[in-house]
Amino acid sequence: MSAVHLAVDPSSASAFDVESVRADFPILQLQIDGKPLVYFDNAASSQMPQPVIDRLTRYQTMQHANINRGVHTLSEIATSEYEAARSKLQRFINAREEREVIFTSGTTDGINLVMHGYGRKFIKAGDEIILTSLEHHSNIVPWQMLAEETGAVIRVVPINDAGELLIDEYEKLFNGRTKFVGLIQVSNALGSINPVKQMIAFAHSHGVPVLVDGAQAVPHMPVDVQDLDCDFYTFSGHKLCGPTGIGVLYGKAALLEKMQPFKGGGDMILSVTFEKTTYNSIPHKFEAGTPPIAAAIGLGAAVDYLLAIGMDAISAYELELLNYATAQMIRMPGVHIIGTAKNKASVISFTVEGVHPHDVGTLLNQEGVAVRTGHHCAQPVMRHFKVPATSRASFAFYNTLAEIDALIAGIRSLQKVFA
Amino acid sequence: MPNYKALYQEVILDHNKKPRNYGTLENASHEAVGHNPLCGDHISVALSLDCERIPCIMFQGESCAICKASASMMTVAVKGKTRADAEILIEEFLAMATGKLDLEQPNHIGRLEVFAGVCDLPTRVKCAILPWHTLQAAFNSVTSTSTEADKDPMHAPVGNT
Repeated sequence: MSAVHLAVDPSSASAFDVESVRADFPILQLQIDGKPLVYFDNAASSQMPQPVIDRLTRYQTMQHANINRGVHTLSEIATSEYEAARSKLQRFINAREEREVIFTSGTTDGINLVMHGYGRKFIKAGDEIILTSLEHHSNIVPWQMLAEETGAVIRVVPINDAGELLIDEYEKLFNGRTKFVGLIQVSNALGSINPVKQMIAFAHSHGVPVLVDGAQAVPHMPVDVQDLDCDFYTFSGHKLCGPTGIGVLYGKAALLEKMQPFKGGGDMILSVTFEKTTYNSIPHKFEAGTPPIAAAIGLGAAVDYLLAIGMDAISAYELELLNYATAQMIRMPGVHIIGTAKNKASVISFTVEGVHPHDVGTLLNQEGVAVRTGHHCAQPVMRHFKVPATSRASFAFYNTLAEIDALIAGIRSLQKVFA
Repeated sequence: MPNYKALYQEVILDHNKKPRNYGTLENASHEAVGHNPLCGDHISVALSLDCERIPCIMFQGESCAICKASASMMTVAVKGKTRADAEILIEEFLAMATGKLDLEQPNHIGRLEVFAGVCDLPTRVKCAILPWHTLQAAFNSVTSTSTEADKDPMHAPVGNT
C-alpha cells in the first residue's frame, strides 16, 4: 500500500471556513432516518448552494424566454444571460475564445458529440483509438460504437495495482494508425489523478488529438485547457454544484470548425431549403434546438460561486479530508482501500471483508451516511482489482472531518453486525 | 422511514454466513444463472425434478447478504415441494418484495416474511428477488436471466412470464 500517511488532528482543521460554506447548502441540514445527512456521494452528483438556487429562481421568475430568435425584451435578456454564462465557463477553464465552449447536456453528451462530429468524419477502418483502463463507460461505449461502425480498433492503456496508468505502456501503443486518444483526468472509481498534460504532449508529438474527460477533475482542481493543450475537454454541471442536464464541451476552434454537426435542428443552421442547408458557425453548429437555458445560467452562477471560494483553496481542503479519511481507514482491520495512487482526488473506494458493498451502502445509510456502491460505471477497473463492486466515499469542500468520523464509526458498526 | 435493522435481522445474517444448500449439484435436470447487472452480482440455481417434485436444489454465486440469504431460504422452502407449489411461492415472494402481497391474507410465505421490509428499499428489491427469478428461469429451461428489462420489477408485472 502506498497510500498517503498523514495524520491530521481534527482540531487543526485548516483556515478554510467550512461552516460558512455549509450554511450556503440548504440540503446539508437534512436528517436521514433521524441522523444528520453525511453526503459522501459527490462524485456522482454534488449539491447546490443557495446562490445557484436563487439564480435559477431569478431567471425563471424574471428573465425567461427562448433565446436567439425573439426581438422582444425577455428574449434579449435570456440570450444575453445565456451567452454571459458561456463567457463565465470560458474563463473558468481558460479557453481562448467563447465560441470554443459548447453547452451540452453533460459529459456523456460531450463525448458523443466528439464521436459523431469528429470520429465519424475522420476515423476509418484500421485506425486506432487509445483509451485507458480507468475510463468511465461513457468514454468507452461511444468509441466502441464507432469501432463497430467503421472497423476502427480500440487500444487500452493498462494500470498498476495502485490504480495508476502505466505511462510507458501508453507510449508504446502509438503507431502510424493511432488517430485519437480519450483520457479521463481523474478516475471516478478510484480518484487517481492522471498525468494528462504529459500524455497530451506525447500524443501531439505523434500528431494525435486528445479528448479529456474532466467530469471528476473540474470540481476538485483548477483546470486550464490552454495549459493542458487538450483538443477537447468535457465535463458536467451537476458535479460542479450546478444543475443536471447541462455540461460543457470545450474544443479547439480549428477542430470544431472541421467537424460535422452531431444533432440537426433549429439554431444550428444559417439557412435551410429542401435542397441545401448551411450550418451555423461554432458554437451554435453544435447546439441544435432550444438548449437548457436556465441550467446553463445556473452553471454560470455555480462557477462564480466556486471561483469566489477559489479552486486552489477547495483543492487544498479536499486533500486534507482525503488524507484524514485515508489515515484512519488504512488502519481499520478488514477494510481495504481500492486505488492508492500517489496523486488522488478526494475519492475513496473501499471494500469491507465479508460484507458486500450493497450491504455496506444500506447500513451506512442507516447512519445517515450516503456513499455510492456498485461498479461506478467502470467495470474494467473493478475487473482489474477482481472485485464485483466497491463502496465509494467522495468528499466535497462542504464536507467536514467530523463527517468522516461518522463514516468510520458507521463502518465499525456494520462490521459488528456482520461479525 | 424504512427499518433497515428489521431487514438485517438474525435469520438473514445467519443464512448469509452459513448458506444452506450451497454448492454445485451433480446431474441437475434444470439450472440457470441470474445476473443483476446493476451491481454485477450473479447466482446460479440447479435442481433436479423428479415426477414434478424437487428432491434436490443447490445454489452458488457472488452476491450481497440480502440476495444470498434469499437464495438460501428459497432452497430450504422449495426443497421437497412440487414444481407447482414452488411456482406459487415464487409469485408470492415477488409480490411481497414489491409490496403487492397482503400478508394478512392466507399465503405460503412463512419464514420468508423476514424479506417483507425490502419493498421499502427499492434499490434492494432486485437483490432479494434475483434467486427467485433464477429459479423460475431454471424451471422454464431458460439458462440465463437478469433483473433488468422485462424482468425489472419496477417496469414489468412480475410472475410466471
